[in-house]
Parts: sequence; C-alpha cells; structure tokens
Amino acid sequence: MSETIRQIDTVLVANRGEIARRVARTAREMGIRVVTVFVDADADALHVDDADTAIRVGSYLDGDAIVEAALRMGADAVHPGYGYLSENSSFAAACEGAGLIWIGPTPAAIDAMGDKIEAKRHAVAADVPVLLSADDPDEFASVGFPLLIKAAAGGGGKGMRVVESAEELGEAIDAARREALTGFGDDRVFAERYVRRARHIEIQIVGDVHGSVVHLGERECSIQRRHQKIIEEAPSPFLGAERREAMGAAAVSLASAIGYVSTGTVEFLVDDESGEFFFLEVNTRLQVEHPVTEEITGIDLVRAQLRVAQGHPLDWAQGDIGFTGHSVEARIYAEDPSAGFLPATGTLHAFEAAAMPEVRLDSGVGPGSSIGTDFDPMIAKVISRAPTRAEAISSLALALERMHIGGVVTNRDFLAATLRTAEFAAGDTTTDFIERVDISSPPAEAETRFWGVAAAMWLQAMNRARAGVLASMPSGFRTGRLPAESVVFALEAGGGDNLEVHYRRLRDGGFVLGRDADQGTVVVHRVTPDSIDVEWGDIRSTARVTRAGDTLYLTGPKGTVGLSIVPRFVPPEAEVPVGAVAAPMPGRVVEVRVTQGEAVLAGDVVVVLEAMKMEHHLRAAEDGVATEVRVAAGDQVENGALLLVIDSTE
Amino acid sequence: MCERVGHGALAGVTMVGVLRTPIAPRLRSNINPNDPEFIQNRDDMLEQLDVIEDLLDQAEAGGGPASMERMRSRGKMPVRERIAMALDPDSPFLEISPLAGYDSDYTVGGGMVIGIGVIAGTECVILANDPSVLGGALTPYAAKKWNRALQLARDNKMPYVSFVESAGADLRVETGNSGRRRVQVDHFAESGRFFYDLISLSGTGIPTVCVTFGSSTAGGAYQPGLSDYNIFIKQQTKVFLAGPPLVKMATGEESDDETLGGANMHSEVSGLGDYFAEDETDAIRMCREVVSHLNWRKAGPEPSFEVEEPTLDPAELLGLLSRDLKRPVDIRDVVGRIVDGSRFEEFKARYGTTLVCGWASVHGYPVGIVGNNGVLMPDAAEKAAHFIQLCNQIDVPLLFLQNITGFMVGRDFEADGIVKKGSQMLNAVSNSTVPHLTVIVGSSYGAGTYGMSGRAFGNRFTFLWPTAKIAVMGPSQIAGVMSIVRRAQAARKGIDFDEEEDAQIIAAVEAIQEAGSLALVASGAISDDGIVDPRDTRNVLGMCLSVVANKAVEGTEGYGVFRL
Repeated sequence: MSETIRQIDTVLVANRGEIARRVARTAREMGIRVVTVFVDADADALHVDDADTAIRVGSYLDGDAIVEAALRMGADAVHPGYGYLSENSSFAAACEGAGLIWIGPTPAAIDAMGDKIEAKRHAVAADVPVLLSADDPDEFASVGFPLLIKAAAGGGGKGMRVVESAEELGEAIDAARREALTGFGDDRVFAERYVRRARHIEIQIVGDVHGSVVHLGERECSIQRRHQKIIEEAPSPFLGAERREAMGAAAVSLASAIGYVSTGTVEFLVDDESGEFFFLEVNTRLQVEHPVTEEITGIDLVRAQLRVAQGHPLDWAQGDIGFTGHSVEARIYAEDPSAGFLPATGTLHAFEAAAMPEVRLDSGVGPGSSIGTDFDPMIAKVISRAPTRAEAISSLALALERMHIGGVVTNRDFLAATLRTAEFAAGDTTTDFIERVDISSPPAEAETRFWGVAAAMWLQAMNRARAGVLASMPSGFRTGRLPAESVVFALEAGGGDNLEVHYRRLRDGGFVLGRDADQGTVVVHRVTPDSIDVEWGDIRSTARVTRAGDTLYLTGPKGTVGLSIVPRFVPPEAEVPVGAVAAPMPGRVVEVRVTQGEAVLAGDVVVVLEAMKMEHHLRAAEDGVATEVRVAAGDQVENGALLLVIDSTE
Repeated sequence: MCERVGHGALAGVTMVGVLRTPIAPRLRSNINPNDPEFIQNRDDMLEQLDVIEDLLDQAEAGGGPASMERMRSRGKMPVRERIAMALDPDSPFLEISPLAGYDSDYTVGGGMVIGIGVIAGTECVILANDPSVLGGALTPYAAKKWNRALQLARDNKMPYVSFVESAGADLRVETGNSGRRRVQVDHFAESGRFFYDLISLSGTGIPTVCVTFGSSTAGGAYQPGLSDYNIFIKQQTKVFLAGPPLVKMATGEESDDETLGGANMHSEVSGLGDYFAEDETDAIRMCREVVSHLNWRKAGPEPSFEVEEPTLDPAELLGLLSRDLKRPVDIRDVVGRIVDGSRFEEFKARYGTTLVCGWASVHGYPVGIVGNNGVLMPDAAEKAAHFIQLCNQIDVPLLFLQNITGFMVGRDFEADGIVKKGSQMLNAVSNSTVPHLTVIVGSSYGAGTYGMSGRAFGNRFTFLWPTAKIAVMGPSQIAGVMSIVRRAQAARKGIDFDEEEDAQIIAAVEAIQEAGSLALVASGAISDDGIVDPRDTRNVLGMCLSVVANKAVEGTEGYGVFRL
C-alpha cells in the first residue's frame, strides 16, 4: 500500500475521440496539463486541438511509442481512456516501469479480470453467480442452446456470435475465431449460456490504494444493437433497492477480493423474468457510459481516477453515496440503422447541440470533422439528467431531435425514436429491444415539404447575398414574364420523390409558391448564413441551416433533413456499367472469389469485404461472366467503389 | 466545439471595399395618401397597370398554346424557359420592350425577347427568337428589337448572347388579318446592318455567343456565322444558306436538312459549330460555361455607397400623377421614393426652380438627377447646363426624370434668351458622355423631350411610367394651334368660319393626339425600353446603373462652344 501522494502535473491521454477530450476536461479543471498522442488519420482531430501538445505515433496500440512520448513530454501519468491499451496489463506495467503513474487498476487486477475465463473463476470464488460456460470448443454444446460465443481477449461486443443450434456451431466457431484473431490478435473463444430476455445491468465500482472499494450504483445498458450498447441509463428502472444492494455487494466483494484500485465495472446479465443476475465480466477501465453515473451521483469519475492514482483515499464511504434523479445517455454512431447499422463515413458538415434543452454533450467531433473507417463509429454521447426518468427520457429525445447533424448518416433519429417508444417509457428494456420493438419513424412528408420550401428560401437569399453583380436587387426581379424560379432537391437520405419548389417574388418581399402560383405564400422573416425563420401558409418555424457543397442541412424541431440540390445541368459523366458490383460501404477487401473471365451464378459470393471488424459478403445479382475485376485482397475501398463487373449477356 | 481553419487561412475575415455612408439629408413627403385625388390617381394607375399585365401575359403566350405545345412535343422549351434556365438563379432580368408590336397585327412582343440578365455572374445582353411566333421569322418589331439589343451591347460594352431559332425574313407579302397594312419599319436594303453591327461587336472586344436552337436559314445563318462562339444541338440545329426547297429550286439537288446543315455536320465537317450539345438543356449549360470563361470584368465603377431602401414609401408613387397630367407634381416626391434612403443633395435649390437638380445614389451607384418641376424656364435651362457639366467633371451618370410640357414660350422669355439658354442645355446634354438614364413619368413634349435627354439624344435607357405622354406638343395645344390656323385661313379667304365644325375637329384631333401620345403606343413602337410599374423604378434604375458600369463611366473633357 502506497503511503505517499504522487502529484500529477502533466497527464498523457493515450486515446482519441470523445473520451480523450472528456479526460482532458477534468484534468484541466484539476490544474493538470494535458498532452496526447495522435495517428495520421487523426491529424485534424479535436482531441489534438484540445491538448497542450500532441505527439504523432504510428498507432494508438503502440505502447512503446506512447511511453516514450509521455517521457519526452515530461508527463507524470498516463490515462488510457477506454479501448486501445486501457485493459492491456503489459502496457500498464510498462508505464509503471518507466516511472509513470498508471491511471487504472494494477496490472495484476487487469490480468485477473481482463481474461474473461479467468475473471469468471474469480467470480465463482467470490460467490458471485455466473452463467454456465465452456472454454473448449468441443464442449461448447454442453452449456446448452442458445449459446453465445465470445472472444477470450475481446470486449465491446466485438467477435460475439449467438448460436441457436448444434448445426450452426462449427461454422460459427470458425468465424468467431477469425474475427477474434483480426480484432485482438488472439483467436481463443469461449461459449456461455444465452439468456433470451435479458437485461444488461452493470455496477460501477471505485477502489483506492488504501483498500477501500465502494460501488456507485448501477447502469442499465440493455438497449443494444449488434451487442453494442446505444442507450444507457441510471438508475435501472428494473432494480429495486434490495437487488441493487445485492448486486452492489457482489461487485464490491469481487473487487475487494482482487484488491481492485481505480474505476471498474462489474457487468451482470439479469434475467427479465426471474430477476436472477449472472456475472458477465469486469471492465477494468472507465466505461463509455460512465456519465450517467456521474450525473446521478455528482461524482466526477475521471477526478476519482486521478485522485486514486495520486494515492489519495476515496472521498467517500459507501454510506456517503447517494443518487439524485435520473440520467439517460444516447450514443451517436456514424451508422445507418436502416441498412443494418452499417458504418457510415463522410464529412460531418453540421454538428451542433441545440441550445435547449440543456444536455451534456461528450463529443469527439465538430463541424468539419471527417468520419472514416479507421476508428470506431461512435462520435458523441448525449446525456440528459432530470428529476424523473420520464423527464430525462423526454429531454434527451428532444435534445437529439433538435441537434444539428448533417453530412454523415447517424443513428440519431433512431435513438430519439427508441426513446419515444411506449416500451422504453415503460422500462420494458431487454437486450432484444431493438429486434422486438418497432422503432421505425418515417419522416412526415408535410414536414419535409416545409423544410424544402425553407431551404429554397434560404438558398435564394444566399444566392442574392453572394451575387457578384446586382447583389442588392430583389430576388428574381423581372420587368417581363419569365417562368417561376425553381429549385429541385433530392432527399440526401434517399427515397421519396424529389422536392420541387417553384417560387416568385411578390412586391411585398414575400414569395408565392407553385409553378402556377397556387401553393400559398411564404414570408422569410429572418435569414442568416446559418438559419432561416420562415412562414408558409399559417405555419412559422425556424431552422438551423448549413450548406456543404450542394447539400443543405436544415434542423427544425424534429431532426435534420439533408436536401441535395439537383443540379439544373448534368455534366456529361461516365456511364455506370451494367452488372457492376460496388462496395456498399468503405472497407477492406478480404477475398475476391472470382477471376477475370470466370463464370458466376446469381447468388455466388464474389467479394468478401471487411468493415468495422465485420465480414460482408457481396453476391452476383445474375448469372454471367466476370468481365472486369478491379480489386484484389487487401485493397481499401471507398463507399460505392466499383469492385467488379459481371456481364450477364456473355 | 471549435471552428476548423484549413490551409492557414484566416477564418471569418473577408476584405470588402469600403462603402461610403450617404450623408445627404432625407427628403420629406408632400403627399397625403388619404387625399381623394391621390386615391383616384392610384386607382387609375392600378387600372393602367392591369392592362399592362394582361399585355405581358399575351407576350408570354407568344404564338399561343397550340404552338407552344407543338414545341414541347418536340422536346423544345418555350423561349422564356430557355432564358430563365440560362440565368443565374434568383438574379434579375430586365426585359427590354416586352410590349413591342402593341396594337399592331403582330403578336405582342414581336416574336422576340430581348433583355439584360446575369449569366455565370456576368451581365449579358440576351436576344432570343420566339419560334412559337411565325416560326421565329423576323417581324419588323423583332428587327427593331434586334437593333436595340446590338446597341445595348455596344453602348454598354456587354457580352451578347443570342438564342437563335428563326425561319428568317418574313417573306409574306400579304396584309395582316385585319386587312391593315403591316408596319413597314425598314427595307431589306437596310437590314444588313444587323450583321455589320454583330460582327462589329466582336471587333470591339465584345464576345458574341450564339446558341442555335433550331433552323437558322439564309440571313439567319449568318447569326451563328458571325458569332464568336457557336453551340449547336444534336438533331435540332439546322444552319444553311438555303434550305432543301431553295437548293432544289436553285440546283435541282435533293437533300434533307440534317445532312445539309445539321449540328453533326457543322460540328464534324464544316467547323461552324464549336460546341455540340445533346439537347437544349445541355446547350444552355454550355452557353453558361462559355460566358463563365469570358473573364468579363466591368470597366466601370462598383457601387460606392451603402444601399438603403428609400424611407419614403415607393408604393405612393402610384398616386402622384393624375391621368390627365393637369395637376402639378413636385418631382422631389418621385426622387424621394426611388433613391437610397430617400437622401437627396439638391443643387441650386433656389435658382431656376422649375428644374430640380441634385445628387443621390440608387442601389449604391451615385447619380446626378435632373427632374422637371414645371415648364423649362431660361434660368432652369442654365442651371441644367451647369449641373450636367458638374456630373461630367466627376464621372457621375445622370438620371433625367421627365414631366415636361416644353420650353417656356412668350415675349419675355424669348427676350430672356430661352432659345439661347435652352440651346446651352441641349449642348450640355448632347455632348455629355456620362451615361444618361431617362424616365418619363408624365408629359414629354416638344424640345423638352430632347432637352431632358430623350431617346433621340443618345441616352442609354428610356423607361416610361404608364402615365407618360410623348408628343411634339400637348393634344389640346395641337388641336388649338390647328384651329387658329384654320381660322386664319378662313379670314384670309374671306369665308365664314364654322364654329360648330371647328369644335368637332378640335375634339377629334385632341382625341387622336391623346391616343397617339400614350405610353403604350410609344412602347409598342419600341421608341423606349418599356413601361415600368412606378414601384419598380428604383430597381430598374439600379439595374441600369450597374449595366452602364460595364463600360468605363467617363465625363466629357470638352464641350461644344456654349452660346453665352
């Protein structure tokens, strides 16, 4: 037990994105200088801007380079954030070996808990209930079906697979191993029982170097898609005081048994029917969803980590921990919920929280940020806090809806719609929520039309303002007859008809709509380069507006609509070959299964693409011959890139 | 969240020219909008504007719905759609003489649209045949409009864009449907001037861009022939000196129009076509691209004042003038409703008070204003001559607001040198080289028409209010003068003068003269650039001031000898 306080003056944050910025914020508040590292793809990232100094490294996983960077920058401590090296005990040991303070649990605790099989043994020893499992693939069937295969070295849901029956088992094991190997460099997998209607509830723990461990209550993280959490809340609407106490005690007992220091999370699976809880794993780091705990306890977990790392005792005993109100967090992912949550990329042209309602935004991005495939697609977290659960849910939904986001497809609408379901309101939140509950929320056509009109009005105002000649003339001034001005928008999200807006200026400064002036009048009350206040018919509303190239993003009260100007003139462009197989998302080509001139049958897998650690099989649409093969295994391809052409006439 | 700044650029800082803040005092209104006479005037004006709106609808309808439909069925756009598509979105379009051919046997507009519009950020003169009217054949009105379009390009040094689709000369020799003889504006021998002028534009550094949308035969073929840039449309453009029928007549050769003069042949073989478009939209895209590369830079000044809307209500311009123009109008009430911020710095306010002179700005462009407040007196003419010289000294364009019954006549005024001083004003106007814009709001009679820089005196633009009346003198004066002459003849011949008959003749002459002096008649004959809604005056002038600034605005350095 360390008896001395080791002052931290400079911390190196060995991470990126929102968590690097989150850690930097508290460190600065505590008077600690912040340095960081970055890789080439993050040269323009905001965490680099935030830091006093940043060192370019080859990879966020390059422990040696990071330790070297910390020493060069004169850092006293290393904060690993989450992911990357946060649960890497050798890195923790390397930091300590270099005389740096490691902000996290001891390497031994990481080892004990980092390996899920090992962790389970510790849980059993501490009398914490566990689910049946098997480590030997030959014995996987013995845990019963359905079962879940997980990577031994994994985390964050990557490499997990549900297996419904014995027939699927063999192939699933192979696939899981492959993903585990590419994802974590370790192909060991294990299987465990799968609880069909389960809740994911976890306990936040904090321990100090003086032997104290407390828990800060639970977070329910049952709303998941593809085994990754998207909405978390604290407290759980499911737990009563008694079970909360039992789970808390179990978590503390497990942590105490291994001498746990710093923050950690003990994850449980809770059977929605019986209420039983089963130990899943311990995450020996700060969790993504830590803010909801902070919001209801008033405890800054990063501050707690930094204090513990300096050798201070915890500021509170278990009895001092109280919970006030309710907090809900939603994770904004750059992904397309309507396309199976496929990762989305692009430039985030618009990204701004609404002024009201006030919510916490932990974000790694800003307007202009580029979203690629190099990193996890989670770009920001929005966190609400309110006296009641219902208010916390509503204010989060509203904050999401009013957020100005454009340029990259995100799950924002999906999150808001999820929060607005009756099931969520009722606390009927199990891990199969997304599959079970209908969350579709088609945009109202009338609203889209309204924003189309607003966009046209904004555009004409900007066209006037930017005009090189005659800029002070009224919009579309005429002394004779010409057809109405018009603009055609395509919905950036695709689908639906194009929006055509025809308008003529009226002498009073308003506009009459419609080719034949039969669609009412519009008054532009105020227009600025980034907003418009417009009245059409008897409806008046204001939108935040951002233009990026030929696309306008308008955020009204119910989300952002992306409207792409359909150009009046289409320049001659290359024809797209018939039978083209294009990349449905950016990724890396794993395998090309056809060669030029080879015959294929409809449905044959022709290319295997890996994106975000998932394999995607691209199939031939028709029987034919591969006349062109443009890619090879290992190629990195952009969204929409032409991969090969199958000629069905040959 | 922080603003991203790329490539070391300084964010949020744009360098703009420094605009002057106008400091001239604001004019006050002399109008009572609740005055019954004002209300009557306004109602009369709105009635006249309704008539004009109907005529503009007729002009837009061109050759009629059936003709338009026929064009559409062939994948062709009506002429006004072609123009609208070529213009920058939301930019203004100043159509010139839209009511040409009013009260004639020809369709209103004369089968051609001309105007000034902005293409790819460049102010251009645009001329477009309306093929729905007589197949785009060159009516006498279209011919006069064509001349005007060429003049606009030449005088203001602006690129000239033509959308050609013309059957050529109107070969029909018969009279019109009503049996009236068609207006014979000029003779074939004179009409070659178009070609001369068109090619002269190119020679003086004014680019000419031609999109040939359909047939362009014989003389018409020289429109693309003499243009700097030719855009031809697949399967649509036909350019030949003689079409298949004439070729057959002349040489007996059998041919079809596509091989004889199609876009393909001209683009691949003859070399007359420079750009080969897939369709009309594609052609307009190419036209915009061509204009965008012209690298057009206006030789004249940018606006130099901050733009402020008038503080006096321009809508009140509707009630200023009575239909019979009998009631006097303070021209400052017009000035205050068209200039920036209603600000006007008056010159020599207490001298020659029947003429108002002073400085203001319109859409940021400085302008010297000369406006009538009654008949032109000798001292007012002197003042005008002085003021016009001042504007030439400082290179400021002049705006003439005409409401003028003429120069004052009578013994005292002759003795005061009205001819001499009036000539000084005419000298100053004629030899002034700053651009002149003229708006006729009411009367425009006799030498006053010229002295106030009328069309014949080389102004750049002339616009009329619906209330304008233009003639050698007022209708009652003409009728009265003629009556006096008749009476004198009768006395000389010693015959009885028939008072009753004279009264009838006076009434008839007055009516004819009145009708002939109306704005619509003048505008129908293209003796001006069009009738404007008084409320649009400010915007029309603002556009004209920008247009004239395509050419350097330079006052004269020398005048003719002033007879002093």
